[in-house]
Amino acid sequence: MVTGDVKLIGSWASVFVMRARIALNLKSISYEFLQETYGTKSELLLKSNPVHKKMPVLIHADKPVCESNIIVQYIDEAWSSYGPSILPSQPYDRAIARFWAAYVDDKWFIALRSILTARGEEEKKAAIAEVEERTDHLEKAFIDCSNGKPFFNGDHIGYLDIALGSFLGWWRVVELDANHILLDETKTPSLFKWAERFCNDPAVKPLMPETTKLAEFARKLFPKPQA
Amino acid sequence: MAEEVILLDYWASMFGMRTRIALEEKGVKYEYREEDLSNKSSLLLEMNPIHKKIPVLIHNGKPICESIVQVEYIDQVWPGTNPILPSDPYQRAQARFWSDYIDKKTSGPCKGLHRETGKKQEAAKMEFIEVLKTLDSELGDKSFFGGNEFGLVDIAFIGFYSWFRTYEVIANFSIVAEYPKLIAWAERCLKRESVAKVLPDSDKVLKSVSDYRKKILGIN
Repeated sequence: MVTGDVKLIGSWASVFVMRARIALNLKSISYEFLQETYGTKSELLLKSNPVHKKMPVLIHADKPVCESNIIVQYIDEAWSSYGPSILPSQPYDRAIARFWAAYVDDKWFIALRSILTARGEEEKKAAIAEVEERTDHLEKAFIDCSNGKPFFNGDHIGYLDIALGSFLGWWRVVELDANHILLDETKTPSLFKWAERFCNDPAVKPLMPETTKLAEFARKLFPKPQA
Repeated sequence: MAEEVILLDYWASMFGMRTRIALEEKGVKYEYREEDLSNKSSLLLEMNPIHKKIPVLIHNGKPICESIVQVEYIDQVWPGTNPILPSDPYQRAQARFWSDYIDKKTSGPCKGLHRETGKKQEAAKMEFIEVLKTLDSELGDKSFFGGNEFGLVDIAFIGFYSWFRTYEVIANFSIVAEYPKLIAWAERCLKRESVAKVLPDSDKVLKSVSDYRKKILGIN
């Protein structure tokens, strides 16, 4: 396997970019981080991801890989002999991890984001209720997947930990914005404790953005309508 | 221990077709159970409580949901015959990217084509045409999406071929004439026993959808 140079196009604030960076950290891969400027898309991004024109894009030996969960799987397979496995080894566990990672993106994240884009109290309340219901599903998923161990993936963080855990910065920002706890120690105690362990993992800690900085960025991205 | 493989599915589902093709490719014996989507079985609701959708693959009592997840699972559990994913990590990433693209970009337009009329259906049609253009370009002069071998992306998209005639008729546009490369690709896929066995007759799909539209939308 050729270890060519590794570049990652992304942004400090992006959940999806963070997934790729955590995976690279887990494998101890050094890479050049190409920070995109907010509001514009670089020529390299547009050339490397002509279909979606979105970050993250991993460029390994000049070959681009797109879509965060696909990048994480690629990193696990291309550097399979480095560091711990990111995907579970057993086919059934792997299928479950993939199922829930898709649920995080397709159902849970959509609900979380709709809190930020909600117009009026009624819409916000409905969005919050949806997030709470979906977080409850993830609590059960954690109990099933972790099997008494500290992470979804067992002893070490893995694919599903990364898929959901990368949202923790934004999760806190949305809590502040909604003035409502969304990761409740009493309602979802397993996830609550997992979140702390995840954020303290050495592969994650240097990447998790500071809440105030992210909240300020969120105000730019999701401006409130003028009263 | 004897393998028990059950598939809860709907005959016209292009997603269910993926899983069926994968099982056929691997020569896996399975029990096919047709679901009445207007009256879902208690087994379906128990095995897929989150989405309550088909297809659901049940292997030795354990459910696997989501068609692409099922296809990857099948490829991993029965690796000997007809590999579905390539072995090279970069090629695997490309295969996953394109099957993800198909899922992301077809779900909206296919629903719209099937269930809408007027401007909404027209918008869905335009979105679907964009997908066809992109896939046509990505296929290029290759035999299959991954190159010379039939694989994941082919399995992800071939089921839609059985719906082409339906879309052409209900939304009044041409796919066969406009995308000869894609049609040639589909015919290549149909030469495979698994695909020929699984894909339903296009006219049967058209009749089913036309009946639905007549009944629900009052269209003749």
